[in-house]
Amino acid sequence: MENLLQQLLNGITWGSIYALIALGYTMVYGVLKLINFAHGEVYMMGAMTGYYAAHALGVANAPSLGSLVLVLIVSMAACGLLGALIERVAYRPLRGAGRLAPLITAIGVSLLLQNAGQLVFGADPKFFPSLLRSEEVLRAGSIAISNIQIAVLATALALMAGLQYVVQRTRFGRAMRAVSYDAPAAALMGVPVDRVILGTFVLGSMLAAAAGILVGLSNPKIDPLMGLMPGLKAFVAAVLGGIGSVPGAMVGGLLLGVIETLVTGYLSSTYRDAIAFVILVLILLYRPTGLFGAPQTEKV
Amino acid sequence: MRGDWRVGAAVGAFLVYVLACGGEQRATDAIVVGHVASMTGDTATFGRSADQGMRMAIEEINSAGGVLGKPIELVTEDDRSVTEEARTAAQKLLQRDRVVALLGEVASSRSLAAAPEAQRAHVPMISPGSTNPKVTEVGDYVFRACFIDPFQGAVMARFAVDELHAKRVAILFDFKQDYSVGLADYFRETAQKLGAEIVADERYTSGDIEFRAQLTTIRAAKPDAIFVPGYYTELGLIAKQARELGIDVPLLGGDGWDSEKTIEIGGDAVEGYYFSTHYAADSDSPRVQAFVTEFRTKYGATPDAMAALGYDTARILADALGRAGVTDGPALRDAIAGTKGFDGVTGKISMDDARNARKDAVVLKIEGGKFRYHRTVSAE
Amino acid sequence: MRARPLLGLAALLAFLALLDAAAPRLLNPYYVTILSRIGIAVIAAVSLQLVNGFTGQFSIGHAGFMAIGAYASAALSVFAGAALLEAAAQLVPLPLARFLYFPVALIFGGLVAAVAGIVVAVPALRLRGDYLAIATLGAGEIIRIAILNIDAVGGARGFSLASPAHPAIDLRFEGLGGVLAVALLTIGAIARLVYSGGGLAFRAVREDETAAESIGVATTRVKVEAFLVASFFAGVAGALFAHSEGYIHTNSFGFVRSFELVAFVVLGGLGSLSGAILAAATLTALPELLRGLGEWRMILYSLLLIATMLLRPQGLLGQRELWPISRLARGAK
Repeated sequence: MENLLQQLLNGITWGSIYALIALGYTMVYGVLKLINFAHGEVYMMGAMTGYYAAHALGVANAPSLGSLVLVLIVSMAACGLLGALIERVAYRPLRGAGRLAPLITAIGVSLLLQNAGQLVFGADPKFFPSLLRSEEVLRAGSIAISNIQIAVLATALALMAGLQYVVQRTRFGRAMRAVSYDAPAAALMGVPVDRVILGTFVLGSMLAAAAGILVGLSNPKIDPLMGLMPGLKAFVAAVLGGIGSVPGAMVGGLLLGVIETLVTGYLSSTYRDAIAFVILVLILLYRPTGLFGAPQTEKV
Repeated sequence: MRGDWRVGAAVGAFLVYVLACGGEQRATDAIVVGHVASMTGDTATFGRSADQGMRMAIEEINSAGGVLGKPIELVTEDDRSVTEEARTAAQKLLQRDRVVALLGEVASSRSLAAAPEAQRAHVPMISPGSTNPKVTEVGDYVFRACFIDPFQGAVMARFAVDELHAKRVAILFDFKQDYSVGLADYFRETAQKLGAEIVADERYTSGDIEFRAQLTTIRAAKPDAIFVPGYYTELGLIAKQARELGIDVPLLGGDGWDSEKTIEIGGDAVEGYYFSTHYAADSDSPRVQAFVTEFRTKYGATPDAMAALGYDTARILADALGRAGVTDGPALRDAIAGTKGFDGVTGKISMDDARNARKDAVVLKIEGGKFRYHRTVSAE
Repeated sequence: MRARPLLGLAALLAFLALLDAAAPRLLNPYYVTILSRIGIAVIAAVSLQLVNGFTGQFSIGHAGFMAIGAYASAALSVFAGAALLEAAAQLVPLPLARFLYFPVALIFGGLVAAVAGIVVAVPALRLRGDYLAIATLGAGEIIRIAILNIDAVGGARGFSLASPAHPAIDLRFEGLGGVLAVALLTIGAIARLVYSGGGLAFRAVREDETAAESIGVATTRVKVEAFLVASFFAGVAGALFAHSEGYIHTNSFGFVRSFELVAFVVLGGLGSLSGAILAAATLTALPELLRGLGEWRMILYSLLLIATMLLRPQGLLGQRELWPISRLARGAK
């Protein structure tokens, strides 16, 4: 029983990372109907900028809540810009060019960031500075949870709540929802579609960057290729929850994290990476709109 | 549409031109030796370390007059850590550079890709660090300067049972790396023969950063020790997460742990762990100390096992060249096979009948943030 | 009039046999390897072009089928082929036995890959566009991880094409003639398939699936057929790779390989066999010629991909063909 609880805890903490990344996917898909393949790399850039920022700002050896917040802000800002840049340069020119061209471009951007990252940052893994001192906080029997895991969960939940607020309670959020629902109609109603899309990218990228920092905190090994797998899995999480649905992405992420952890712990650690894809195939076969998604009719 | 054939013709002409530039000849007086290495890509650190060790050895030899009155020139071809590239790199070195010997590779899978080429060309090949037994089985021109996995796995199994008195052992290995799979297999075999029980057998893939699921399962099995025969890249995090989960039994490993990054990433978490490797940088042997000092001066870092092995491999080759008296394949091959009691940085090296190096292993303990020599295990 | 194509065929066969015999003597083995790899890349690229370019289905896990073909044919050779060849060597000269066995190994690899193709296609082809892409990527990864766990074919240790029970039998087939023959056969087969009357169905599905369906094209069947043929030839390419390299490892069939194939097809022009061939040949040869490229190779690929999509989305040749495929294409119109 204790084992199960520990595994659930592991899964939820890990899943919250997926959730943060999945949110970016789902928002962009909502407004553009595009899978932003490069999103996983934005997550990686978040971790990398956090690493360099921590060293540059001199907080790498001064663990504290303040250091964490500072690095988060810097990284989120940098990646927000990166996301905007990608949208502007690689995706906007292709709007209206069908579904294939942006997809290929997205793959291209993803590969570019990975390989440029290897060149610029070096292919060797780096050790992310501990911005929070690791202490065990809770020990109920053999169940252990560290303060870092709590920090990860808390930050992720806070960001998700923040996003939910933006989407539901602000004008920008309303504009985003309008564009997701029907972009031409929204344009006719005076919604600045281009700016909304740009803003969506920025928001999503900021969340991915935060995920990168949190991962750096709890699993402090980072390298330029770290974004590929989590990116794909987060996409699966978004689909699981219902692509285009913000609560769906959150639930999907947490769920995927838990399933992955439970299967790895109880069944076989061999197929850890494959699980996500199996889930993807199953979901797309039996409930393609995901848990929270609305059925979509295809217009002829 | 007619113009299209011009494109085709241009491409064709280009390809013909390329083919026409057949073998380039190297006009040089040096003895050319090739090194197939992963200078970029996943295992770049190992390839580069080995290369550095080799170059340092060759510089030493050349400044002392070279071998057979000529300097040695090392040509390194990067295989980008890609399996089939090791083969093309070997081919290029053999065909275009006409090397008299091939050094490399570090990873067994890439050695296995390159070795058949050396064998076919009757050019001796010495791997500095591939530990899979199959490598030297490719042919009688293929050698290695390190011990093999059956030996290393047994070393740590015996250590766990005899010294740590472990009755229940868990294994957590990297199933994507042949090195880790092999080592785990041999450890399992020996440990069971010695009466220990394998209470958990978990896996991960290189590149993973989250191991809590597997570690929680291992924790529930209450082992006395955990064997983690993977690379330092994952070990640091495994150690940290193990500690966070409250696992305080020692973790044991193989030479894949041998890198400064183990301590950099693992920090306090790796204190008190043990691993087997080829040499100990803090050994008080004057030979080792001279090597370590020189390496630090030249490259600004403490040499890891691959650097030491690269160094020894190059020197074994030079020694064999000296004994052979000539550079042609069969004679050189025989000379290498006849290496006995060679005084290397990584121990006294003798080539056995299977063309593997008979040498001792050392067990290091991580103490006070450093690798400390613990004991030597001699080859049977 | 019948004599001309037959004469041409005979001349071709003679040329290929000559190539097989002469190449090792005239050319550096290093170059033979490069040309072999080019041939294999061309076969794989052309097979992918059928699905991505002509049928408009975006599959980005193609390397998985190559892996299946490689491992299946290698397993056949090691576990059965060697014994077979040794036995056959009692009756016929060994070179003849090998010459007859080689196509069997290739076809076997192709068939197993084709079966995998159906298994993947049936569920995956219910999806459209981006979902299909991710599903195929996932399938490629699942295949690779599954093979990695089959100990009998080496797993992480890789698989050597050598049978310990029959050490005298050389299971490697390194003849350039063979690779070229298979490449020509593949190009010919796919060109005829696509540029025939029935082949119009592929392009119909690509242009507008719903409209095609509404005029009676069995779209699902067409898509599955494309996948089947494509995975067959990818398997053949994999089998060729295995038998010419002599040692295979799942690392060679990861998503980097899949992306490379996608790059060949896109840069050459989605819908042009000639384009895929040119792109595959050039981009495979280039890194070898410019060996110093190293880490810049993938950066170049990705920049090329992005630039192509932004500036010249039809790739090098768009949907045009070069001679002699263009003759086939024109004949079909």
